[in-house]
Amino acid sequence: MSSHLIVLPVVLPLVAGILLLFQRQGSVRVKRLIGTGATLALLLVGIALVARAAGGEVTYYALGDWQPPFGIVLVLDRLSALMVLLTAVLAVGAVVFACAGDDERGSNFHGLFQWQLMGINGAFLTGDLFNLFVFFEVLLLASYALLLHGGGKERIMSGVHYVVLNLAGSSLFLIAVGILYGATGTLNMADMATRLATLPAEREGLVVAGGLMLLVVFGLKAAILPLYFWLPKAYAAAPAPVAALFAIMTKVGIYAILRVYSLVFGEAAGPLANLEQAWVWWLSLGTLVAAAIGVLAARDLRLLVAYLVLVSVGTLLAGIGIGTPAAVSALLYYLIHTTLITGGLFLLAEMIGAQRGQAGTRLVKGRPLRQGGWLAVLFFAGAIAVAGMPPLSGAIGKALLLAAAEGAERAWLWPILLLSGLAAIIALSRAGSTLFWRSTGEADGQRLAHRQWFGVAWLIGVAPLLVVLAGPLVDYTDATAEQLANPESLTRTLLNTEGDAP
Amino acid sequence: MESLYAITTGVLTACGLYLILRSRTFPVVVGLTLLSYAVNLFLFSMGGLTTDGAALVDGAGDYADPLPQALVLTAIVIGFAMTAFVVILAMRARSEAGNDHVDGRKHEAGEGRR
Repeated sequence: MSSHLIVLPVVLPLVAGILLLFQRQGSVRVKRLIGTGATLALLLVGIALVARAAGGEVTYYALGDWQPPFGIVLVLDRLSALMVLLTAVLAVGAVVFACAGDDERGSNFHGLFQWQLMGINGAFLTGDLFNLFVFFEVLLLASYALLLHGGGKERIMSGVHYVVLNLAGSSLFLIAVGILYGATGTLNMADMATRLATLPAEREGLVVAGGLMLLVVFGLKAAILPLYFWLPKAYAAAPAPVAALFAIMTKVGIYAILRVYSLVFGEAAGPLANLEQAWVWWLSLGTLVAAAIGVLAARDLRLLVAYLVLVSVGTLLAGIGIGTPAAVSALLYYLIHTTLITGGLFLLAEMIGAQRGQAGTRLVKGRPLRQGGWLAVLFFAGAIAVAGMPPLSGAIGKALLLAAAEGAERAWLWPILLLSGLAAIIALSRAGSTLFWRSTGEADGQRLAHRQWFGVAWLIGVAPLLVVLAGPLVDYTDATAEQLANPESLTRTLLNTEGDAP
Repeated sequence: MESLYAITTGVLTACGLYLILRSRTFPVVVGLTLLSYAVNLFLFSMGGLTTDGAALVDGAGDYADPLPQALVLTAIVIGFAMTAFVVILAMRARSEAGNDHVDGRKHEAGEGRR
């Protein structure tokens, strides 16, 4: 069993999704039970994977026992284990929230949700560039359908943009993969890294073109500056549990940038090393500025949270742009925090909107909230965490990142990051005072379901937990960054260079 | 043969990109389809073009790289599914918005003047 552990995060949601397909017309209770059960099981698998990877040993699972570099492999190291666990934690909150009624607004919500998890987990685990494409497609296809869940003009129109853009992005991904395969003759990322070290000089241009094209594709997924315009509309239009799960989708792009450029274009790649760094650094600052302006301009709570996702993307990319192990460790801590908190805020926005009658999540005067007290407490906690104020987790993440920036980088990053935090504080306090204090008329909203409360509390409750556990967590992210900076152990395990492999 | 192949791929890509940038959903869908054809052709050529080669390695001699064929097959399947999805989506958008503009707008700015 334990040898097959690595493939479980892909197989488990796949099987659950197929079971749910059989139950498409079945009772709601069974569907919810399968969906939630599978997600909880995924959480356990995620914990087991982290426990296994924490020692620092890289393990891999060769599908069909075809050994790398010829077969397809799933690779487990500290980073992929962490990401799988993070996905599972987020998914538990989202799926329980959806069980309060959002899942019955369209067909087969739970099945699509599981398949999306399968795509995300697969993208985190795969060690093969083409399979990264395939898992991207799996998660995108599920996300297209989930985005449209429940229908409505807003969703359909933002869905058209999202789908067309991502299809064009997929084409670009294939072209980039094709170029890299043509230049190096392999698709296995570890193998590609070793072959880049001995690349003939005349192929360097091809590899640079392929590598930077990949950056464009990952940038589209991660929503970097010139490629983020699809995000706010799509995230604001998506149903709440889906938007919460989408909080991890931009991080798939971040993860892919981190993985591909640390492994394939790492120090060993000679003149091609750190191909992306200059681009990512300046674009990350641009993304931060644009997102901060968006945060200030947003007139709808969901749109505001969507722009906060963009702020977090800019912050995370700045960590990649700095590129030192300290910065990568800081960005990983911040990534855990921001994924869960923005996910929680999307759920919270739905709950607030449900109690405000016609005004919904728009930041205008509306009816008072029936359960305003507890909603305000959660909003306050979430806002403090996401804006990066002490004492909650955002402050630690930002402080770590600020401390990791040195020299000229410090002069750029400090003002921009801190001002974007200020923009978030202004926008969130304005939103909060409008939502909770500026109200007229009678409260007539329905009481909210326990499952919704659980989903939000599960995600926002992580903020204090991340502070309490900051010590061990930072130890883990430090070790992860160390492992990423030295990809040799991964290549050695995968390609078995000291063994008798051909 | 190489230049013919390259020109074909290039023309397909150019036409696809041009159509994707149009403002009605139908040309956009056709553009995506053309682009995916171009990508499939491109992937097919990434192992190098060989003529009269064996499909599999049969000892010494000329053979075609089998991996791009497998990849193209995957890409075709995925591209086909995506095209089907985007066609349905475009039809839904047409019925929801009442017109086939990608932003759901009734009139293009300046369109009425022509």
